[in-house]
Amino acid sequence: MDIRLDAISHSYGDTEVLRDISLDIPTGRVVCLVGPSGCGKSTLLRLIGGLERATKGHILQLGTPPEGCLNPLTYVFQDFALLPWRSVWGNISLVLEDHGIKGAHANAIIADVLARTRLSDFSHALPRQLSGGMKQRVAIARALAVKPAVMLMDEPLSALDSQTRELLMDDLVSLWTRQPFTAVYVTHNLAEAVRLGHRIVVLSRRPGEIRDIVEIDRPLEGRGHGDRALEDTQRHLWDLMRDEARAADEELLDV
Amino acid sequence: MSDIGAKPEPIEVRFRGGGFAPKPHRWIGVIVFVVLIIVAEWGTRSGWISPLTLPRPSDVLATFGELWESGLLLKHLVPSLSRLAIGAAIGASFGIGVGILMGLFSYVRAGSVPLVAAIFPIPKIALLPLFVIWFGIDEASKYALIAFGTFTPTVVATYGAVDNVDRSLIRMGQSFDLSWFSIVRKIVVPGAMPGILSGLRISLSIAIILLVAAEMLGAEYGIGAYILEAGSLYDLERLFAGVVILSVLGVLLSMTIGLIERRVLRWRS
Ligand SMILES: Nc1ncnc2c1ncn2[C@@H]1O[C@H](COP(=O)(O)OP(=O)(O)O)[C@@H](O)[C@H]1O
Ligand SMILES: [Mg+2]
Repeated sequence: MDIRLDAISHSYGDTEVLRDISLDIPTGRVVCLVGPSGCGKSTLLRLIGGLERATKGHILQLGTPPEGCLNPLTYVFQDFALLPWRSVWGNISLVLEDHGIKGAHANAIIADVLARTRLSDFSHALPRQLSGGMKQRVAIARALAVKPAVMLMDEPLSALDSQTRELLMDDLVSLWTRQPFTAVYVTHNLAEAVRLGHRIVVLSRRPGEIRDIVEIDRPLEGRGHGDRALEDTQRHLWDLMRDEARAADEELLDV
Repeated sequence: MSDIGAKPEPIEVRFRGGGFAPKPHRWIGVIVFVVLIIVAEWGTRSGWISPLTLPRPSDVLATFGELWESGLLLKHLVPSLSRLAIGAAIGASFGIGVGILMGLFSYVRAGSVPLVAAIFPIPKIALLPLFVIWFGIDEASKYALIAFGTFTPTVVATYGAVDNVDRSLIRMGQSFDLSWFSIVRKIVVPGAMPGILSGLRISLSIAIILLVAAEMLGAEYGIGAYILEAGSLYDLERLFAGVVILSVLGVLLSMTIGLIERRVLRWRS
C-alpha cells in the first residue's frame, strides 16, 4: 500500500505551518522527513496518520493494506507512550484486544514481535524498570504487532542517548532487512536520515515546503561508518538546511 | 586566583544536600500516641490534670470493657458501620462516575463545575433537617447526608485526576484505533486512579465526621448517638471511649486505602 500526499497545506489559526506538500511514500521504503524544528514535521505526520485534518489537500491510500493488517497507519512516538501500569506484554496485548485477538493467537503474535525486538526475556517487566532504548523497542514491538502497512515514526530516537541511538539504528536496519516495512521517519538528525532513509525529504522552515528530495540507492545493511558517499550526502543535506535552521532559530528569538 | 607561594590548607567541601526527602518512619507515630497517653495517665493520677479536664485513660479503657461486656459496643457499632459503608459507597461511586464524565465531556463539565463549586462549601450538617423532610427520619436521610458529603470532594478529586491523565497516552490509544470505551477503561481510568484514591482518603474522613452528625436526629443506637448522649451528660469517660472508636475507624480506613494504593498503584514507585 502506497501513500500519496496531494498538495497538502495546513494552518493553525493564522499561522501557516505547511504549504503545498506533494509526496509519494512507496511500499517497502523508508522516507525520512528532515527540517528545522518547528517546520511542521510532526504536524505532517499527524495529518498522514489521520490524527488531524489538513486545511487543504488530500492524503490518499493507493492499494489495499496487506492481509492480516490490523492498523494500516501505526505510530511510534518520541516519548514511547507506553502505559506505565501494564507490563511489556500487556502493552502489546492492549492493541490486539480491541481486534478481538486474545488467548493463544495473541500470545503467538506477542511472542513473535518480542523475539524480533530481542525483548523475550522482559515480557513481565513494567515500563519503569526498562531503559529508554528498551522502552522504544517495546513501542516498536507494539507497532509491529498490528502488522502496519506504514509506520509513522516521530523522532523515535531523539529521547535516547547517542550510544543507545546507534544500537537502535542497527536494530531498525536488521528489522527492515529481514522483513522490509514502509515508514515515514521524522528526524532532525541528519546522520539518522542517511543511515535509515531510502528517500530523504528536506523541508524548509515554517511554513514547511519541500526544499529537496534526496534518494539514496545504497542498501540499508551496507551503510557503515566512514562511508564517503554517505558523508557527502549528509554534508549536502546540511548545506541545504543550515540557512533554514539559522533563520528558524532567529525567528523564534523574534517572537 | 590564589597566591603562588603559600599553599592554603585543604578544606573539606561542606555537605549541604540534606533534608527535603521525607522517609517513612512507622514507629514514630505509635510512640507519639503512647507518650501522650502515658502523660495523660500520669498527669491525672498525680493530680496536676484535674479529672474534670481530662478523663483518666485507664478509666476510658474500663468504660470500653463495660461496653464490650454488656454487648452495647456491637449494638452501637453495627448500625454506624452500615450507615458509613452504604452512605460512603453511594457518595463515592456517584462522585467517581460524575467526575469521570466531567473530565471527559466538555458540556457536562461546563454545566457542573459551577454547581459543584456552589455546593462544596455548604456545611452538609446544615442540610440534615432538609434531608429528614425529603427522606424521613429513618436510615435513608442518614445515608443521604453521608453520601452527599462524600460526593463533592470525590467529584472534585476525580475530575482533576482525569484532567491530569497524560494526553499523549490517549493519542496513542486513538492512533491504534482503540474504541472510545477501551480508551476510557484502559487508559483514562487507570491513569486517574492515583488522584481518585487520594481523593477518597479525604472523602472517607469526611464521611466519618458526617456519621456523627447524621446520628444527631432520630438514632437510638450508633457511635454518634452514644457520643452525643455522653456529651449532653458531661460523661467524659464515655465521650472519650466513643471518640477513640471514631479515631480507630479513621486510622483503619486510611490504612485500607494505603493497602489498596499499594496493590493498585504498584506500577508507580
Ligand atoms: N495544536 C497546535 N496548535 C497550534 N499550533 C501548533 C499546534 N501544533 C503545532 N503547532 C505549531 O506548528 C508549528 C509546527 O510544529 P511541529 O509540527 O511540531 O514542528 P516540528 O515537529 O517540525 O518541530 C510550530 O510552530 C508549532 O508551534
Ligand atoms: Mg516534532
